[in-house]
Amino acid sequence: MTRSWPRRFRGYRLKDNLLAYALLFPSLLLLAVFTFYPMVKVLDWSFYETVLKERHFAGLDQYKHVLQDEVFHKVLRNNVWLALVTVPVSIWLALYMAVWVNGKLRGRSLIRAAFFYPTLIPMIAIANIWLFIYTPDYGLLDKFLGLFGIQGPGWLGEPGWVLVSMMVMLIWKEAGYFMIFFLAGLQSLPQEVYQAAQMDGAGPLRKFRAITFPLLMPTTLFVLVIATTNSFKLVDHLYIMTKGGPNNASNLLLYHIYETAFSFWDMGKASVLTVILLVMLLAVSIFYYGFLDKRIHY
Amino acid sequence: MKKLSLVIMVWMLLLTACSSGGQQGAAGNGNSVASADQSGKESQGSGNAEDEQPIELSFYFPVAVGGPITSFIDKLAADFHQENPSITVKPVYAGSYQDTMTKAATAVQGGNAPDLAVLLSTELYSLLEMDALEELTPRFSEEYFNGFYEAFMSNTKSGDQVWSVPFQRSTIVLYYNKDMFKEAGLDPEKAPANWDELREFASKLTVKDSSGSVSQWGLEIPSTGYQYWMLQALSLQSGSNIVNNNGTEVYFNKPEVKEALQFYTDLGRKDKVMPEGVLEWATVPSDFISGKTAMMFHTTGNLSKVKADATFDFGVAYLPANKSYGSPTGGGNLYVFKDIPEERKAAAVKFIEFLTQPERVAQWSIDTGYVGTTEAAYETELLKSYVAGFPQAAVARDQMKYASSELSTYQNGQVTKLFNDNIQSALLGEMTPEEALEKSQQQADDILKKYRK
Repeated sequence: MTRSWPRRFRGYRLKDNLLAYALLFPSLLLLAVFTFYPMVKVLDWSFYETVLKERHFAGLDQYKHVLQDEVFHKVLRNNVWLALVTVPVSIWLALYMAVWVNGKLRGRSLIRAAFFYPTLIPMIAIANIWLFIYTPDYGLLDKFLGLFGIQGPGWLGEPGWVLVSMMVMLIWKEAGYFMIFFLAGLQSLPQEVYQAAQMDGAGPLRKFRAITFPLLMPTTLFVLVIATTNSFKLVDHLYIMTKGGPNNASNLLLYHIYETAFSFWDMGKASVLTVILLVMLLAVSIFYYGFLDKRIHY
Repeated sequence: MKKLSLVIMVWMLLLTACSSGGQQGAAGNGNSVASADQSGKESQGSGNAEDEQPIELSFYFPVAVGGPITSFIDKLAADFHQENPSITVKPVYAGSYQDTMTKAATAVQGGNAPDLAVLLSTELYSLLEMDALEELTPRFSEEYFNGFYEAFMSNTKSGDQVWSVPFQRSTIVLYYNKDMFKEAGLDPEKAPANWDELREFASKLTVKDSSGSVSQWGLEIPSTGYQYWMLQALSLQSGSNIVNNNGTEVYFNKPEVKEALQFYTDLGRKDKVMPEGVLEWATVPSDFISGKTAMMFHTTGNLSKVKADATFDFGVAYLPANKSYGSPTGGGNLYVFKDIPEERKAAAVKFIEFLTQPERVAQWSIDTGYVGTTEAAYETELLKSYVAGFPQAAVARDQMKYASSELSTYQNGQVTKLFNDNIQSALLGEMTPEEALEKSQQQADDILKKYRK
């Protein structure tokens, strides 16, 4: 290692390296200021608690406290459920839609636009639209169900329904977005393989299972990462629609961090929660890129 | 090497552009505009404010009730500027109460506090904990403070020190639809006076359609955001408040509070005169205005909106009594921040005095529906004639003698939230009222124990 390094180094010209660093510097600066510095700071804060403006070193006590906190358990459970349901469903739906609108059909671009449309609307507008859809009695959904004589539950007011309602909304929003990635992926697939499969007499399902899906795996992995992190990044909708209620039934990790930091002003606890979120997302990314990545053919 | 130097040059350019832009931006936000504005005015004529330095105050305020509050505030600021040409108040609309608090507190921690702000009266201890507030006791006469209703003043104080001035204060009142009372065979001039009547009237006012689903509810008490406030009203009516006077102790598990929460949950789950589950704070007034419910508990802050939008005759009454009448106060106070220059503090105090003159309090109350904060305001011709034509406006004032301070503690956000959550879970039937309150007490004690000495 020590011997090979200088030789490798000699392979580059100093000038080239400097140029590369100069070009990378802006991104590095932004990354340092807005990502690395806050991460270190949060880690530091997570060991302190503040009472009456005094900072006390609390060590791991604060972690212990958070890990035993009932609300934290509930929030985490909600978030895991949300991820487990919305990630596979929205990816599957996106793939289905992509394959569908990739084929030759009439009004194709109109359908594509319709599927992609939710991605274009601002988050806050989406939340307000769905708030109206879910309004009890005179909301769109209840009016529709009323045609069949069904009385809808309080979609956002009942603990058993609120998370489901949020999931439906999230899937509606995300599927169209992921569809675009799959569509791009589909269009770059080699046509020869399909022709060969055609000759061998493979049906459409077989073609999908043996060719399309495996060849799309790099896209799927990418989408998987985005979908998973998105499901942990939900704040705006909660803020508008439920504030995490009723009784924390729709509260999610990032919103909980927000309220701990900026409603309760408990920076120590919020930092602990942030560290936990960071570790979780890191673990997921490592799993995806370190484990799944090796099982994918590029 | 050429490329490298090019990149570096572009970089330097970018950096300088950014920094000068930043400076311009900062100056644009603050003094330069004010002084330009000011010098323009001075050169135009009068020149009467020659030796006074122009001062600009930033004033954060929230909007929490219906109506064009922003334009009222802008007008107040403009009027003040007319009277005091050297002071410009720049109102900054900052969202809900919660958003305004977030904004103010973030600014304080970033070292550029606003000069004054309207924040919930209950944020007192959170702000004290940040060491953000200027004490107001020495800045006003005792007589000045005595002009305010006692129940409003109690949320401005910690012990004997006064830290804020009552501004857009409210209390809970009962709104009822007189037309629906007539239809149900009730006397439209007689609101329910006690809990038994409330239950009885509400059940008469609950109407089911042919399919068996309820088309009109008897009563709605909101249960998001401020359910602790509603429960506090019911507890006060049962004879007990839920908090002490220096923010360190709560009494969530008293028998009176249990009785109150039992009543609150029973209305929906047992008596079926109120929708079961969670009722949105903001949709309850819409439900009332659109005729979905015959009565509602809500803040008097919505009075002007209901007056403007209701197409039917409606009444406003005291909240029904259990053992006595009772309601907590609510709403926002004016706070002055600590880390600003003395002359701006003095200017802020001047602005507060201006806002709390009787005429202005009266006009503000008429425009918004908030309760007039001083007795003097109700003695002005303006408010007298308004109350004569619209007697509903006097109810909140009359109820003031039964009013009490609102729940406000150290770590107020956290204490309120846990209490709110537990109340909701009782309303949803996940816990009994007894369990919900015992749990709340224990959780709150856990948080507050470090503030007790």
